[in-house]
Amino acid sequence: MPVQPQNEKENLLSSAPEQSATSTQPRITSATEVIAALGDRLVDSFHKDDLWLRVRTDEWKSSMRTLRDTLGFHYFCFLSAIDWMPSPFGRGEDDPTEPTPVRDTTIRSGYAGGDTRMQVFARVMNPVTHVGVIVKVDVDDTHPSLESLHDVYAGANWHERETHEMFGITFDGHPDLRNIYLPMDFEGHPLRKDFPLLARMIKPWPGIVDVEPLPGGGAEESADES
Amino acid sequence: VSLTDRLLGDRQRLAYIASQAADSRLNVELETEGMTLNIGPQHPATHGTLRIIARLDGEQVVWAEPSCGYMHRGYEKLAEVRTYPQVTSLVNRIDWLGSFANEVPFILAAEKLMGVEAPARSQHIRTILFELSRIANVSLFLGDLGVQMGAITPVFFAFRDREYVLNLIEGATGGRFHPNFDRIGGLKDDLPKGWIAETKAVMKKLRTFCDQIDDLLFGNEIFQARMRGIGVIPRDVALQYGLSGANLRASGVDWDLRRDQSLPMAWDKADWKVWTHPDGDSFARCWVRLQETRESTKIVDQLLDTIPSGPIMAKVPKIIKVPEGEAWVSTENPLGEMGYYVVSRGELGPFRVKIRSASFNNMSVAPWALRGVYVPDIVTILASLYFILGDIDR
Repeated sequence: MPVQPQNEKENLLSSAPEQSATSTQPRITSATEVIAALGDRLVDSFHKDDLWLRVRTDEWKSSMRTLRDTLGFHYFCFLSAIDWMPSPFGRGEDDPTEPTPVRDTTIRSGYAGGDTRMQVFARVMNPVTHVGVIVKVDVDDTHPSLESLHDVYAGANWHERETHEMFGITFDGHPDLRNIYLPMDFEGHPLRKDFPLLARMIKPWPGIVDVEPLPGGGAEESADES
Repeated sequence: VSLTDRLLGDRQRLAYIASQAADSRLNVELETEGMTLNIGPQHPATHGTLRIIARLDGEQVVWAEPSCGYMHRGYEKLAEVRTYPQVTSLVNRIDWLGSFANEVPFILAAEKLMGVEAPARSQHIRTILFELSRIANVSLFLGDLGVQMGAITPVFFAFRDREYVLNLIEGATGGRFHPNFDRIGGLKDDLPKGWIAETKAVMKKLRTFCDQIDDLLFGNEIFQARMRGIGVIPRDVALQYGLSGANLRASGVDWDLRRDQSLPMAWDKADWKVWTHPDGDSFARCWVRLQETRESTKIVDQLLDTIPSGPIMAKVPKIIKVPEGEAWVSTENPLGEMGYYVVSRGELGPFRVKIRSASFNNMSVAPWALRGVYVPDIVTILASLYFILGDIDR
């Protein structure tokens, strides 16, 4: 269920409290307005200092088009993805001579929830009211694919290429889904959590070796006591 | 409508028809077969290792595509195995000409998640150092601009005057290029003695430098001929591609993140102006940057007079654990909007960091902007879009 803001003052997204001196249009974009415009395409929303929205996977492109055309979110900030599965390798600080410890890899989603391991998220902004929203969408675990946004926001082209190579998510209708950073014959998707950071696997992180004991040794000790 | 008709202006089209007519009179059939031109991976116009593949029809670009990734270092993956304080030394290297400015949005995102706010004094000093990195960054751009067009003199002025600013940054932080000075909850150290007076003197020199560049470059006829009306990016295209910073303001969008969002920084304590330009061409982008450098020196001057007293560090634990949550913070960096989307799981290091760097978006417009231009204009358009390779590849 969408989170309803408590009162009118909180209703305005607080990322831009002052209206720009030169813009003549009033600040109109509010959380309720965005939520109302998306209607039943919205699965969940979360409102803190920013507005997080989660839309239905099959309505991803149409939701973004509504945001752009109806609500004036013309500025495309970025698009990327998150793999919500905690890394089975931890922070790469395991002793290679010991057996690998068993880690909890339960998938737990962030703001605005989620039902799948991976989520694509994008941020768009309204250049007049200076208000931005973060839009998330679930992608299927076995066949991660999503509609391409390149004809809604032209800038999504490169971002989708990056997300494709880093997470292995396919964008249907993308004109040119080649790798942008990695060589074309690169195997694996580096930003997935189950892709090991080999530099850490081969050589132990020197940080573990030369850890200096803290004075007093207390983790809760505050900085002003030193 | 043929491609040539669509791409050429009226005057150029007439010249083209005339040349075709002349050729036919002489009974010459010119080969107009396409040609692929490879620029880079290393070229003075690319500030690093960017490769551009351009398909040409005669002197015109039919299609151009930058090829990135020669400097991809995978900071998003590396950040996942580092602790929060360690990440600043990584992100320092994204836009290496304005390093301090890269640290600030990440630190602000971590502070936002922790609910910590830096004391007023460190907010002030942060803003001053932020603007100094902008001046160091953009002054090199202004000098380098001449080199792209064969003017060698301005770059010597730029390197000389940028050195004064780097000396200041070194004096305050200990590092010329990679200060790594910002901490969660404040700054590493206070300003050294005599730094404020020194900075004021340098700001005066930098204003003189701006005037010199204005005379040497912006008033130069060749410069204007190479820049005016070239590489026009209209407002709508700029917004769709997510152009930010001076590139967006040069297309007539009045938007500056320093003014238009509330961050715990001190920009609102100074009186300054956001410059925009309606033209959207290469000249406009460079001109806006020149004006911004002037404004930055004014911001620094004003903030130096009003540094509040007090501590420079807030009370934060020695071992920093950031509570669970997600935060997005972006600031107006020298190259444009630089932001971090930080996902925390309450551990020592971030769960996921999405780095939104300005140059990646600024560069993604290049295939659009380079279509139909002449070969020498590739260099000036890329120079005016202003990118740092580390900022594209991260």
